[in-house]
Amino acid sequence: MGLNILYEFGRYLKLMGSMFTRPERFSMYWKETLRQMNDIGVGSLVIVGLIAFFIGAVTSVQFAYQLQDSFIPAYYIGYIVRDSTIIELAPTISCLVLAGKVGSNMAAEIGGMRQKEQIDALEIMGVNTASYLILPKIIAAVFVIPLLVIIGAGISILGGYVASVSTGMVTGVDYEYGLHVFFEPYYVFMMLVKAVVFAFILTSVSCYKGFYVGGGSIELGRASTQAVVYSNILILLADYIIALVLT
Amino acid sequence: MIRADNIFKSFGEQQVLKGISTVFEQGKTNLLIGRSGAGKTVMLKILVGLLEPTDGEVWYSDTNFFTLSKKERKIIRQQIGMLFQGSALFDSMTVEENVRFPLDMFTRKTKKEKQVQVDKCLERVDLTGSNKKYPGEVSGGMQKRVGIARSIVLEPKYLFCDEPNSGLDPRTSIVIDELIRNITVDNNMTTIINTHDMNSVMEIGDRINLLHLGELAWVGTKDDVLGSENETLQDFIFASPFLQRLRKGILKVSE
Repeated sequence: MGLNILYEFGRYLKLMGSMFTRPERFSMYWKETLRQMNDIGVGSLVIVGLIAFFIGAVTSVQFAYQLQDSFIPAYYIGYIVRDSTIIELAPTISCLVLAGKVGSNMAAEIGGMRQKEQIDALEIMGVNTASYLILPKIIAAVFVIPLLVIIGAGISILGGYVASVSTGMVTGVDYEYGLHVFFEPYYVFMMLVKAVVFAFILTSVSCYKGFYVGGGSIELGRASTQAVVYSNILILLADYIIALVLT
Repeated sequence: MIRADNIFKSFGEQQVLKGISTVFEQGKTNLLIGRSGAGKTVMLKILVGLLEPTDGEVWYSDTNFFTLSKKERKIIRQQIGMLFQGSALFDSMTVEENVRFPLDMFTRKTKKEKQVQVDKCLERVDLTGSNKKYPGEVSGGMQKRVGIARSIVLEPKYLFCDEPNSGLDPRTSIVIDELIRNITVDNNMTTIINTHDMNSVMEIGDRINLLHLGELAWVGTKDDVLGSENETLQDFIFASPFLQRLRKGILKVSE
């Protein structure tokens, strides 16, 4: 078990190392990166937005319930929704969801290419397959996922507003005041650091699982599932480490 | 010309290739034939550089492939075209984009020059007018032809074909065989075909290498097949009682 983990980790590092070579043709890599940006960004906007909206809504309703009959001012609802969204919920929940949507898709796409000999075809042509197939995905994710997280954070805060103000748990003025009070720009920095790290983890792990897939459809399904499970575990581990280091 | 010198390949305890030496000649269709598990695919993958032999050498003209650096291998690889068993076309690209891919990746030609080259290759494989279709929208035979067009677009010196007729009906198989043969002769390429299609053996086997249990069991041309007394060859080529009777009949008539 321990040896297997070491073997997998070593092979993962080797694959990541082999990505960084001079592109055969920069324009082809750029084109592929743009395609991935579109797939990851535009393709995930709706799901990230929906989840963020309800996370914000639930957070505000839960806190409003907790603060009932207490001496804590109502504007704290806005403050708590803002900080919990920025520090934790927007980057972590969004990336866990993206690991399921984008990660499994990447593992299946690359794994399918491996099984249909398309990766062999690229290698015979002289293309650095690790670089051409994985690097554009990682670059695209590292740029686009933080943008999705920012949008998700905004929608989550909006969701909190809609849920708590429309039900009369807090007034609009109080909620907005809560959003402004005790604001720490450093928390936004933390959110972005998390988004970049999580984006790297979910794409690199998923591509790794897809790249070395063998056998048939059962192995492909297994690799896709493992990509999501491993990405989620590593994202939560990284979340903990970043929390320790940055706070 | 490609030369294999004493190729051995093992996977763990299992020895798949046991000292194969042979030559694949330029301007000819060189066939690798043999039963399933004989080591044909492993041999082809070694020849093309996808697998490293446990021992032995592969020479591309005067160059020992496995002594080359990664960068030098890339240069050789750009002289190689390969047609895969499942065609290995990129699903997200159209027929035209698939054929143009090697040009986009490795040449500095203008868009117009690339288009001329792509159209020429598609015309060569009789696929004019299918440019904008996706691989999923064309038949298996057409996919093979797209694969051939993509493999010759950089005008390679060496063409490898892995089971080019698998999954095709006999008539389409003949079309694909003739196409490969004509391209080989016209472009004076060294073509190596991994097959167990008997039509291919008898029609385009300029030089046939029979692998059996990881060893080279027989080498000859399509004209030598009928008269050969090599038991492994006869067992393989004339596997069914019908074909055995047919062979006897032909030999009788020719006597």
